[in-house]
Amino acid sequence: MNALEPFLEGTVRTATPLAFAALGETVAERSGVINIGLEGAIIAGAFGGFVAAGTGSVWFGFLGAGLAGMTISALFGLFAIRIRADQIITGTAISLFALGITATLYRQMYGAEGAALSIPTMGVVEIPVLSSIPLVGRAFFAQPPVAYLLYALVPAVWWWMYRTNAGLGLRAIGEDPRAAIAAGIPAARFQYLAVLFGGFLGGIAGGVLVIAQAGSFAEGMSAGRGFIAIAIVVLGRWHPLGAAVAALVFGAASALQYLFQAMGWNLPYQAFLALPYVLTLLGLAGIAGRSAAPASLGRWQDQH
Amino acid sequence: MPEVALVADMLVRATPLILAGLAVAIAFKGGVFNIGAEGQLLAGAAAATATTLALSGMPGAFVVTAAAVTGAAAGALWAAIAAELKRRFHVLEIISTIMLNFVAIHLVSYLVRGPLQEPTGIYPQTETFPLSARLPVVLPGTRLHLGFVAAVLIAIALAWVMKNTAWGFRVKAIGSSPRAAWSTGAIAVQRSSFMVFIVSGALAGLAGSIEVSGVTFALYENLSPGHGYTAIAVALIAALNPAAVIASGIFFGILQTGATAMQREFAIPSSLASVAEAALILAVLSVAAYRGRRLPGLPRKSAA
Repeated sequence: MNALEPFLEGTVRTATPLAFAALGETVAERSGVINIGLEGAIIAGAFGGFVAAGTGSVWFGFLGAGLAGMTISALFGLFAIRIRADQIITGTAISLFALGITATLYRQMYGAEGAALSIPTMGVVEIPVLSSIPLVGRAFFAQPPVAYLLYALVPAVWWWMYRTNAGLGLRAIGEDPRAAIAAGIPAARFQYLAVLFGGFLGGIAGGVLVIAQAGSFAEGMSAGRGFIAIAIVVLGRWHPLGAAVAALVFGAASALQYLFQAMGWNLPYQAFLALPYVLTLLGLAGIAGRSAAPASLGRWQDQH
Repeated sequence: MPEVALVADMLVRATPLILAGLAVAIAFKGGVFNIGAEGQLLAGAAAATATTLALSGMPGAFVVTAAAVTGAAAGALWAAIAAELKRRFHVLEIISTIMLNFVAIHLVSYLVRGPLQEPTGIYPQTETFPLSARLPVVLPGTRLHLGFVAAVLIAIALAWVMKNTAWGFRVKAIGSSPRAAWSTGAIAVQRSSFMVFIVSGALAGLAGSIEVSGVTFALYENLSPGHGYTAIAVALIAALNPAAVIASGIFFGILQTGATAMQREFAIPSSLASVAEAALILAVLSVAAYRGRRLPGLPRKSAA
């Protein structure tokens, strides 16, 4: 029991930012755009959230985080959708850009040290009744409120994507942009909005890292979560609910370290640090041949 | 600093960028999105260090050669993981190579704090290489080592191979259209892609090996300030042409030496260099897109 609780708590904590980022990326990818610049949106969100939360309000911090992620993704969209440059390389460059610009701004604004800076963090709010469910109650319902926002957002995105005309249009573009355009759907506008939405959620993911978890900013603190989230989209088979489940599975696998430690397994700590990346590789290998990518994903240039 | 030493420093800085730039150029040319030059470089540096330390006392020329060979082999092996995941399980190499970059970082951290740590066990680094096991300096009074000459020769050789051999033709054919290459019936697309991955990894591994034998003389964390990512910019600015990689590698060597100097003299954060690199990549992409053609060698499909 005393090993299981930190495990479950660690699962949800690791999964929360990943689920935000993967949910947004799912929407972008269903429109046929693969935003490898998601890593950039997350680090921009972390920095934006750090600056905005410095004003004293955590919710203002999250707004800043989302807007910062959205700005970086707007830049991605400008190149990848408007100019139709190669999506993969554009995304890589955008990530490099965001990692560089946040490090530069951080050092300029707070000096090369900057280590001791911290901001108000979002505390845990327990939901009555639900948080007293045995075992999983506290893990899911004694979280920072931003996690509850995620619980609401996942079904909302699902409903929008599968139960509205706009959602159908979005999915149509991802499968066959030319047919969608012929049917009168403004494909580029949809894609742009999908990428902006994905960027906003990527920014929120960065905000979660800073405002709900670390309480401070560090250069490169996104640490590949954008790329892991893209893998989670694949594991979740491009479905909003799938992305949430895949993020939880991933979080659980990463949180195994709490169980290992409780069982007295003595592995070098670097093994635990490397675990999320190894798990991503294993997960992607495990679903071999069963993926269902949108037919035009990453190929917008060819479809026009 | 005398001008000669300054120029030599720029060329020293350019050396790993040329080799890793070749790694990226050859991969992109063959339609392989190897974003993992960073990890392959670290794997090469780690293996070369282990070899050098294990062979201490042997003749210098032998040790340096053995370090270069094992470094290249380790880089190839690190790339082979991603290549095999792609071949067997269709795992997108953009994701797998980035995941492997993070694994390599933690592996190096483990090595320099564990099995390869210097004997006193105080510093997180390996023992310093003996003088005999270091690459010879080619310009007396400067730090310019034999590795730079090797990098230039390898670039020229690779340019020749790409232009004049059947292998080079196959790589280019697959890069410009895997389908067309496959339909000729004369090109084993999967096997050639695998080979491109291996050659790319070996070049990046060699970059890491030469960096430890010629510059750092020891393995430690943060050995590479993102050479593997800068390499993407190096390759794209060179339009994926191996001979042009020499010039673009030197260009980025100058850029980074300048950034370091600006940080020292004017306290301008050196992370600004990666912002400039990202901006250059985006500029190249937009020029290519506006001219209505994709970059040479980029595959027509990049779907997940």
